[in-house]
Amino acid sequence: MLTKRIIPCLDVKDGRVVKGIKFQGLRDAGSPAELARVYEQQGADELVLLDVSATPEGRKTALSTVRDVRRVLSIPLTVGGGIRSIADARNLLEAGADKVGLNTAAVNDPPLLTAIAEQFGRQCTVLAVDAKQTAPGKWQVVVLSGTTDLDLDVIDWVQTACEMGAGEILLTSWDRDGTRSGYDLALTAAVAGAVYVPVIASGGANDPQQLLEGLQAGADAVLAASIFHYGEWTVRQIKDYLAERNVEVRR
Amino acid sequence: MNRRQVLVIPTGVANLASIVAGLERLDIEPILQADAAAIADAEYVVLPGVGAFAAGMKYLQKNALVDPLVRRIEESKPTLAVCLGLQLLCRESEESPGINGLGVIDRPIRRFSNRVRVPQLGWNKVVPADCRLLQEGHAYFANSYRLAEAPEGWRAAYAQYDGNFIAALERGAVLACQFHPELSGPFGLDLLRRWLDNDATGGDAC
Repeated sequence: MLTKRIIPCLDVKDGRVVKGIKFQGLRDAGSPAELARVYEQQGADELVLLDVSATPEGRKTALSTVRDVRRVLSIPLTVGGGIRSIADARNLLEAGADKVGLNTAAVNDPPLLTAIAEQFGRQCTVLAVDAKQTAPGKWQVVVLSGTTDLDLDVIDWVQTACEMGAGEILLTSWDRDGTRSGYDLALTAAVAGAVYVPVIASGGANDPQQLLEGLQAGADAVLAASIFHYGEWTVRQIKDYLAERNVEVRR
Repeated sequence: MNRRQVLVIPTGVANLASIVAGLERLDIEPILQADAAAIADAEYVVLPGVGAFAAGMKYLQKNALVDPLVRRIEESKPTLAVCLGLQLLCRESEESPGINGLGVIDRPIRRFSNRVRVPQLGWNKVVPADCRLLQEGHAYFANSYRLAEAPEGWRAAYAQYDGNFIAALERGAVLACQFHPELSGPFGLDLLRRWLDNDATGGDAC
């Protein structure tokens, strides 16, 4: 039976993890490779690395970060942020990413999803969507870190993107991100019910119960950052919690 | 002492870096090469692969690798096929109608049905039946197509998704995994090590 996945997320800028990290016993708390190793040892099923640097130099550094992480990591790695072309995707995959996440570029240029899926496979073509609620049961796609609202319905968009070649949806609630109030469960359920590809819930989760609720809402995987970075919960503890509640996880 | 070398056929971009990194963690020197003579002579060969069945076969044909690969497998020389690699060993695939696979396994590859999410992405439990190298544990899968039944003459390990499917096969020193050992944590690295050492400790467990 396929298990539910727990995915820590690292936001990386200029080679360093930028969201607050308060691990104990780490020599270099901000090193992506070091954190990746810790999360793998804790039982993470996969890692997402988001490159949040905005400069060409930052992008080059991201490639070497991916290489450093790959060297120590023996679980899957998804890399997102700033992918605008097949060449960008190829560079990241060659550096050691197993999947690439497209957000803004997919909205601006949906055929890019098809091109990447045809060249590298659907299984490594991840659509990242930031969703903002506009009415009960209605969400709209936002891009550029939420600064730009589009007249694009989230459900329509994820269905189109899957037809174009997306093999997985990384679904972030823009409203919940950083709020610690849990995933947007209605959004998660709506998207999971609208597509046939796996869905990763993201944005807002801060305790094991909220992760459980995301999975119960229909997500195949749950992504979180601060819950792990601050050392309040390890991946292993989360998995123990889920297993006690009859969720199938890898331990 | 020189490090052991493993020839990795560079069939595509998408999981080469992970395979190379996995082998290096085992202190193996991966040699990326698509050369028929080298494949015939190499002690160990890895046939990775992600992407489409037709593209994979086209690559092998263009580089004249079909014959040396088939010969290696028929002679049970140490050969590891990963993901699409396993599917390429088969007769044909629903993914690319009309394209012949290597045909070492006379079975068709079929897509998962729409009763499940496709692609299958994530960790599934591998259960060996009468295997030497394969052991029970969770492995990482990323596939939309699969072999549903074990072919004769191969030892098989199963997993469940849309019913039973073949998680891996082994025959002599030939190991074919639908999952990605290079992305399957300690479970995968231990399996790679047993394949390299021809260490059949899995035998007792099944």
